[in-house]
Amino acid sequence: MDMLLSSPTFVFIQVLNSISLGMNLFIIAAGLSLIFGVLRVINFAHGVFYMFGAYIMYSIAQDMELGFLTGVIAAAAGLSVIAIVIERGLFQWLYDKEHLMQLLLTFAIVLIMGDLAKIIWGTDQLSVSYPEGLSGATNLGITFYPTYRLLLAVIGPLIFIGLFLMIERTRWGRLTRAATQDMEMLAALGINVPVIYVTIFLIGSALAGVGGALASPINSPTPGMDATIIVECFVIVIIGGLGSLWGSFVGALIYGFVFNFGSVIVPNWQDVFAFLLLMVVLLIRPWGLFGKPEREGH
Amino acid sequence: MGWSMPRGVLISCIVVLVALALIPVTESRYLIDITTEIMVYALFALSLNVIIGFSGNVSFGHAAYFAIGGYVNAILLTTYEMPLIISFPLAVVASGLAAAFVAYFCTRLTDIYFAMLTLAFAMLVWAIAFKWRSVTGGDDGFVGVHVPAFLDDRVPFFYFTLIIVAVSIGILWMICHSAFGQTLIAVRENLTRAGFIGVNTRLMRGAAFVVAGTFAGIAGAIFAMYNRGVYTESAFWTESAQVLIMTLLGGMYSFFGPAIGAAALYLLERFANEYTQYWPTVLGVILLVIVLVLPEGLVGLAKRIKARLAGGS
Amino acid sequence: MAVLETKGLTKDFGGFVAINNVTFSLEKGEKHAIIGPNGAGKTTFFNLITGHLEPSAGTVTFEDKTITGMPPHQIVRLGLARSFQRINIFPRMTVYQNIQTSLIARDHKHFSLFAPAAAQNLQETAELLELVGLDTEATEIAGELSYGKQKQLELAISLAENPSVLLLDEPTAGMSPQETKEAIALVDEIAKTRGLTLLFTEHDMSVVFGIADRISVLHHGELIASGLPDEMRNNPEVRRVYLGEGDDAAA
Repeated sequence: MDMLLSSPTFVFIQVLNSISLGMNLFIIAAGLSLIFGVLRVINFAHGVFYMFGAYIMYSIAQDMELGFLTGVIAAAAGLSVIAIVIERGLFQWLYDKEHLMQLLLTFAIVLIMGDLAKIIWGTDQLSVSYPEGLSGATNLGITFYPTYRLLLAVIGPLIFIGLFLMIERTRWGRLTRAATQDMEMLAALGINVPVIYVTIFLIGSALAGVGGALASPINSPTPGMDATIIVECFVIVIIGGLGSLWGSFVGALIYGFVFNFGSVIVPNWQDVFAFLLLMVVLLIRPWGLFGKPEREGH
Repeated sequence: MGWSMPRGVLISCIVVLVALALIPVTESRYLIDITTEIMVYALFALSLNVIIGFSGNVSFGHAAYFAIGGYVNAILLTTYEMPLIISFPLAVVASGLAAAFVAYFCTRLTDIYFAMLTLAFAMLVWAIAFKWRSVTGGDDGFVGVHVPAFLDDRVPFFYFTLIIVAVSIGILWMICHSAFGQTLIAVRENLTRAGFIGVNTRLMRGAAFVVAGTFAGIAGAIFAMYNRGVYTESAFWTESAQVLIMTLLGGMYSFFGPAIGAAALYLLERFANEYTQYWPTVLGVILLVIVLVLPEGLVGLAKRIKARLAGGS
Repeated sequence: MAVLETKGLTKDFGGFVAINNVTFSLEKGEKHAIIGPNGAGKTTFFNLITGHLEPSAGTVTFEDKTITGMPPHQIVRLGLARSFQRINIFPRMTVYQNIQTSLIARDHKHFSLFAPAAAQNLQETAELLELVGLDTEATEIAGELSYGKQKQLELAISLAENPSVLLLDEPTAGMSPQETKEAIALVDEIAKTRGLTLLFTEHDMSVVFGIADRISVLHHGELIASGLPDEMRNNPEVRRVYLGEGDDAAA
């Protein structure tokens, strides 16, 4: 605590840590939120998708030595394939059913894919090296900072801008936004709604995969990492507001700061701080900082 | 009094009770242990169904209240050497209070948001159990629970469990068939309409959550003594999922369905574990079957078969 | 004496003004119809009055009490009940339980954890069933009733609250001419015997002019006229925006 107050360099490093963590989480949470925004499904399996992304990275970059960038691309591609299979094979039958059934379906996927990961990659903690040339530290003038974490802090905003442009500036994005409002209307206009659905699910899932791949040098792939990340994502999207891109971005940043500074102030209890923040948000804005109230059923 | 249980159900209950009471006569340790565990899980699943089947919300974090009941009972018995007559009620009250606290936040939202929040709060309980090592034992678990001498043996413990579970289920049955229970069903059926007959639906959903948490606490408090320990896994979300699946497998639209689901899933797990280490996959497949073809569970299936047979004759 | 009043009531759905500055009053004991073309804002108006939606501006007063922004369950308890345009019952409960639950709620027994449901309000439930002509369907699952009977059931659910003012949103929508006639006769009868004040929206002009004491006209979210049926029939503005050129609709 004293150290925190007395050393500007230390504070500076913590700020960078917070942004780096927040931006990594943003990539994953944005996928969850995007899928919810259009498909109205909360994908509990999003955490397992993240875990698969990390494991795929291990196999490609570490095991087969095909390089880090190949690993990221493979994670995105792998999760895209998984997403198509799940959306076309399972989800599409449940859009008009109760939300409970959809949640349970995604949970069944968690259970099955969790075991699948154990069969393929075992139960040991695996380690992924930093990409070549990024394992060191960069001189930022007042201090050195790990280059890879710096990269994470930059990739997040780039993905944010990309998603933002896609949703706000393209015809396709406008259609997707319309789909969140009224899919029947879209279908009536001759728009192929199933294609929109599967594409959004694919993009959202690929983001989880990419997020996992990028996190793998810091968060070693291991069974159970899916449970941690999904809860973090839930906290972020509830704070930010489900279905809102800005919400995921701001929510993830806030989470990053609360988590990092929380662990400095009261080590080991950082998760609890995130929850306290969540409770405060729920009291003031039940639908999250950028969320809109759901229309009531019936 | 005005309580009326359909005759067939009443007779079945009595038969099951008598059969259970006779289990120790077999002197089979295996059978006694299995039955004790099933009774605890049956109560746990029935308590969850107050939220799901009656108030129409989904909790993905019910294990938290089971774990709180277990931890509080274990800690009071062992660390503070309190007698059971004090520790047990306090454990149950603690579960109920924790549920009330969480309900205050969760009931601000409905549906998917509610489900996500219950999960998130349960993971908070898990995180606390995990990190508060000095009190809970952290990931080593809280072991060596002091169980009162009169419950030290398997058979007295079996009867203790039978009595507590039977009385609890009796009380739950009354609550579910009371004016409160029927109004809860109305809340489940049509939230908006329930508001327009003068019901504060948020408060009702919260009350259901508290009732459910309280009875889960009872189950947890028994289980901690049975196991002589409490472990962080008991609060983990997979445990919540397991009890959720028990409830749905049995059938959420029937009062006793979840108890049947608990017994079925428990036995299935015992059986499956002899053949495979991939129980989660089996569980996932069961869940897929429920979602895709058996939304009303085993009880719903039985009703459908009965209707088919009656229609065919 | 006005039992229900709105002043400057406005609802803005993110730029789309569904209800614009509506000042309206409902007199005690009257049967008041709100008419207007589709999308005029009739249902939104009801939703604002009953607490289903929160107004962007303006106030709602019920029996000299400001109820703006109050949740529905509190407004109902003051004696303002409503039915919905799209049927709003408890579909998987029996017809009997639908009405009984409403009575349980009225008597504040919905938090009685140990009062057997099966023993509550038996007499009154039976009376309401008979009143709306559903006594033979008591044990049926509500959602499986015919459309017209579900509407009757919803009426009984609303009546169970013992309201002094009843808001009916399109009480005859989707009914056959015969059902419409019976339903309206029933509503009329109940209003008389119970001394109810009635506010309703209705698309069928023969019903409107048949039973309404007063008529208000909504158009594009604005209240453009309010008065006796004959005045409305001859009001040039009403004829222009609502009844169109021909006056056959008012016949």
